Amino acid sequence: MSDTHAIGGRGAVAPSAPLRVPFSFPRPDLSRYRRFLSPLVIVLLWQAASMAGLIAPRTLAAPTTIIATTWELLLSGELPHHLLVSLARVASGLAIGVSTGVALALVAGLSRRGEDIVDAPMQMLRTLPFLALVPLFILWFGIGETPKIALVSLGSAFPVYLTLFSGIRGVDPKLAEAGRVFGLDRRGLVRHVILPGALPSGLVGLRYAFGSAWLSLVIAEQINATAGIGFLINDARDFLRTDVIVVGLLVYALLGLGADALVRAFERRALAWRPNLIKG
Amino acid sequence: MTQTNDRTVSVRGLTRRFGSNTVLHGLDLELEPGSFVALLGRSGSGKTTLLRTLAGLDAAPADAELRLPDAVAVVFQEPRLLPWKRVWNNVALGLPGSGVKGRAERALGEVGLAKHHEAWPATLSGGEAQRVALARALVREPRLLLLDEPFAALDALTRIRMHALVLDLWRAHGPTTLIVTHDVDEAVLLADRVLVLDAGRIAADIKVDIPRPRGHGDARFAALRRRLLSELGVEAEVIREAA
Repeated sequence: MSDTHAIGGRGAVAPSAPLRVPFSFPRPDLSRYRRFLSPLVIVLLWQAASMAGLIAPRTLAAPTTIIATTWELLLSGELPHHLLVSLARVASGLAIGVSTGVALALVAGLSRRGEDIVDAPMQMLRTLPFLALVPLFILWFGIGETPKIALVSLGSAFPVYLTLFSGIRGVDPKLAEAGRVFGLDRRGLVRHVILPGALPSGLVGLRYAFGSAWLSLVIAEQINATAGIGFLINDARDFLRTDVIVVGLLVYALLGLGADALVRAFERRALAWRPNLIKG
Repeated sequence: MTQTNDRTVSVRGLTRRFGSNTVLHGLDLELEPGSFVALLGRSGSGKTTLLRTLAGLDAAPADAELRLPDAVAVVFQEPRLLPWKRVWNNVALGLPGSGVKGRAERALGEVGLAKHHEAWPATLSGGEAQRVALARALVREPRLLLLDEPFAALDALTRIRMHALVLDLWRAHGPTTLIVTHDVDEAVLLADRVLVLDAGRIAADIKVDIPRPRGHGDARFAALRRRLLSELGVEAEVIREAA
C-alpha cells in the first residue's frame, strides 16, 4: 500500500526517502520460506494429535514414527531394494513407451500416408482409459513383470505421440519454405527445421509421459507384486503399518518430482534458444 | 525452365491461375544482368506470385519459357530465421562444403553484425534479424537476388539504413536484383528500372536515370513518383493533398 502512495504522490514523499535509507537493514527474503509455513504447521498439528492419542497409529502413524521407519527401511536395505525394482520397471516401460511414441509420431507427422495409417487408431485408442486394460493384460501377460512394464509403456507412449505429432505439424511452414529455398533437401528439412521445431512440444509430452508412467506403476504394482514400492505398501497394509504406507507414498512423490526436474533440466539445455530462457 | 550460369533473367508467356482466378496473364520479362529492378503493384496484382515462381517456390507451368540463373537467393518480408540456430548457423544453413563458418562470419561482417554471430535470433531487433536474412542470401553468392517486400515491417529510420546497405551490397556483389514492393519511394530510391504490375500484366516499364544518391528534393524524383502513383491508380488530387 505504501508503495502505491509513493508512486502516486511522488513530489510529497520523495524528500523523506533519503532519511529512511540509513534505517533499512538488508533483510533476508522471508517470502520464499513463507510458503512452507502452513505445511509445517499442519505436520506439527498432526504430530500433536498423534501424541495426544487423537489419531490412532492404525489410522495414520505420527510424523516422528514415519521418520524413524524411513531410517530403519533405509538401513535394512529394504527400501533401496524395492526402489530399484520399481525404478527398473519404470525405466524399461518408459524406454519402450517413449521410443514407440516417438517412432509413431515421426511416421504420422512426416508423411500423409503415415498419418492415414497411424493417426486414426492412435486417436481411437487414446480415448480408452488405459488403466482399464489391466484385467486384459493379466490374461495376456500373466502376473509377472511383463504386464507391469506393458502398462507403463502404454501410459507413456500416448502423451509422447500426441504432443510430438502436433509439434511436427505445427512447425511454421514459412520456415520450411525458407529452408527449401536455401538448399535443404527433405532430410535436411527434417533435421534442421522440423525436428528442432517440434522439440518443445515433444518435451512437454515427455513430462506428461513421466507423470503417467508413475501412475501406471502404482496401479501395476498392485498386481501380485513380490517386490517394488507398491509391494512394500500392500505388504504393510496387511500388517496395519500405516508408517510404511506413508513412506511408500512419499517415495512415489519424490520420484515424480525428480523425474520432472530431470526433464526440466534437459529442457533448459536443449531449448536454450527460447526467448524466456535466454539470460541477459 | 532453363538454368544458366549468367545473371540474365528471361520469362516468356508466364500464365498462372489459381482456380478461376488468373493471376499472371502471359507475362514477358527480361532483366539485364546486374540490374536493380523494382516491381511495384497493388496487393493482388500478382507480384508475389511472380517472385515465388522466379524463386522456384512455385513450379513454373510447362508452357512458360523461363531462363533463370542457377544461384537464386531470397529475402522474405519476415526474416524467417530458425530460432533454434545461432545467427551464424542460420546464415550457413544448407551451405555445402568446408569453411562454412568463416564464410558465414564474413557475410555477417558485411551487414555489420560481426559481433552477433553467436547470438540467438530471438535476441535480435527487427532490423538486425532482417540484416541476418540479407547475409544468409549473400553468402550464397546469388546471381539473382529476390527481395520480397523486405523492409515493409521495419520502422522508417531502420528502413533508411537498410536501403543504403542493400545498395552497397548490390554494388559490391553485382547480382541481378528484383525487389517487390508497394512503396513507390522505395522503388524510385533503389532501382534502375521500375515495373508496374497490374492485373497480371506489366502495365508500365520505366527507366530511372536519376544519379544516386537520390533524394526526395530532386525534381526528377518527385515527377517520377507522381507518375508511378498515377500508374498505380492514385489520383493526382490525393497526391497533392498529401504533399
